[in-house]
Amino acid sequence: MSMNEAPGRLDVLTGTWFTMGDIACAEGAIAAGCRFFAGYPITPASEIMEWMAYRLPQVGGVYVQMEDELGSMAAVIGASWAGVKAMTATSGPGFSLMQENLGLAVMTETPCVLVNVMRGGPSTGQPTKMGQQDIMQAKWGSHGDYELIALAPSSVQEMFDFTIEAFNYAERYRCPAIVLADETVGHMREKLVIPEPEEIEKRLVSRKRPRTPPGEPFAPFMPDPEDLVPPMPHFGEGYHFYATGLTHDEWGKVRTDSAEAQFKLVSRLCDKIRKNKDKIIKYEALWLEDADVVIVAYGIVSRSARAAVKLAREEGIKAGLLRPITIWPFPDEIMADVGERAKKVIVAEVNYGQLVREVERRVDWRKVIFFPKLGEEFHTVEELLKAVRAAAR
Amino acid sequence: MKHPLEAYTREGMIPHIWCPGCGNGIILSAFLKALDELEFDMDRLAVISGIGCMGRVAGYVNADAFHTTHGRALALAFGLKVVRPELKVVVISGDGDLFAIGGNHFIHAARRNVDMLVICSNNFNYGMTGGQLGPTTPLGARTTTTPYQNIEHPFNLVQLAAAAGAVYVARWTVVHPRRLKESIKKALGKRGFCFIEVISACTEGYGRRNELRSALEFMKWLREVSVIAEGVGPEGAYIGRDKIVVGEFVDIEGKPEYTELLWSLINDVKARAERGEIRVAL
Repeated sequence: MSMNEAPGRLDVLTGTWFTMGDIACAEGAIAAGCRFFAGYPITPASEIMEWMAYRLPQVGGVYVQMEDELGSMAAVIGASWAGVKAMTATSGPGFSLMQENLGLAVMTETPCVLVNVMRGGPSTGQPTKMGQQDIMQAKWGSHGDYELIALAPSSVQEMFDFTIEAFNYAERYRCPAIVLADETVGHMREKLVIPEPEEIEKRLVSRKRPRTPPGEPFAPFMPDPEDLVPPMPHFGEGYHFYATGLTHDEWGKVRTDSAEAQFKLVSRLCDKIRKNKDKIIKYEALWLEDADVVIVAYGIVSRSARAAVKLAREEGIKAGLLRPITIWPFPDEIMADVGERAKKVIVAEVNYGQLVREVERRVDWRKVIFFPKLGEEFHTVEELLKAVRAAAR
Repeated sequence: MKHPLEAYTREGMIPHIWCPGCGNGIILSAFLKALDELEFDMDRLAVISGIGCMGRVAGYVNADAFHTTHGRALALAFGLKVVRPELKVVVISGDGDLFAIGGNHFIHAARRNVDMLVICSNNFNYGMTGGQLGPTTPLGARTTTTPYQNIEHPFNLVQLAAAAGAVYVARWTVVHPRRLKESIKKALGKRGFCFIEVISACTEGYGRRNELRSALEFMKWLREVSVIAEGVGPEGAYIGRDKIVVGEFVDIEGKPEYTELLWSLINDVKARAERGEIRVAL
């Protein structure tokens, strides 16, 4: 495929390209209006920051390299409250360091996007090999109760599209949104189609803004009753807001002494996601209506799984695929429906048992076959087809 | 009757949480007086703090304010400042927050020479958590985690800030409120990374374990050991239990500031890109 001419607009590179997942992610961010990136080099996510360092200044955005991932996540929060869409990108070890301020982003309801191009762990693990080992950390990595939104792309195109989606979720619900990519998706090169700017703009969501002018009494954490999300002021507008990681009320006042305030705040932070989950949850379903054997797979593995399910159908096996697109919140209702109908549910993931736990919460565990992989390899079509055949017997 | 500085404090947040005899109120008051005397536009100010006693200060100032996680005030402030360089960003926090858990962010913010004022309340210990050893606790002092004696050498914050690249570095104590206020006024007018260390009185956490049992004793000791230095560089900024040299130690003009360099780069690249001089291909 040949490369297109340089486009008219620098923020949306409309056209058909052949490129890398990490670069597609960065382009998705810029197309979504991201104008701040803070990061720290880490394999296999460094290409995102390199591309942002090159591209953001072209569109008037700020790129900064921080001293560590603790600082990256903190800077993202500061930039978001300064009024721009902000993101960072990292991999497992950096993701661990970011958990601290991910919690602050949750508590202060800061829209932000965090890309985790997953590699093998624990610890330094396998920096250049793919993994899906941060599935649970994405949901439970920071302390306290919270909800956030995480998406798992499976292609270069989805690295672009899901990064835009992540910004929309972050802005809409004032929470961190995570792109849970993996090394294979991040480093692979394939076709990317970037639509016209108008088409992307139609899809974009921005945070709600205060409806009272500065100077009048304004409660920066007063939620709208219909969606539980408060409008957000920015630095320098005259609202004189106070944001804190301490338990606070709608006015931002510290309420560390109040059980009522703690319950009210924490339940709302969770419920603004939980009660809107029908609008948030996304998944791909293939032949689930009559499937006896269902594969649950996400990210790059879902592509092998799709092929395996198609081949199994050709052999006369009633196979199906459920691919969670939002890993968090987990597509629980469809999973429960699948669990009632299917005889066997194969969970294929590149870790030693993470999303399978969510599956087992909705499906009789005796129906669940867990198929882990670790290291460079993810599940091949042949391996999954064999697993389907065995399950169907 | 209204307090003359009431307009500068956040409604409903005062009284503060600090102990009787704490020096932090003097630091806050010097900061607010400096703003008042400069007739500072409070809409252009952002106050960022970390965790600890002094970390609560962001809640007390009637400006946009952010109370961050422990140690991360400077990194959050950096993200804000680079996006909105026209705002004055002031980080006010304690010695443990800025120099132990947050030490890395401090040296890097100073190295970049980002326009920011950092005011550190140095009380020689972790006050809020009950008087534990901090990165500034004097050798030989007692804390709840050095019950026999402290065997760690403390940081000299003035020398650290100067070595890391700050363009303005001063040290005062809470018995120098007027000089502190003047120093804050001066630093607010400078462009670049400015650092003011303020030795604060902490009778509850530090003093009562180190023969400074009351606020009065603590203040008397500060007055006794403080020596105001004129024309002395950071090498002369001695600090110990016997003597604390205070004054201005660094005051540099003309060092390129980070957000100016950053935005001049952004504007230049953007203009070149818009003229079609940069061809982007994926």
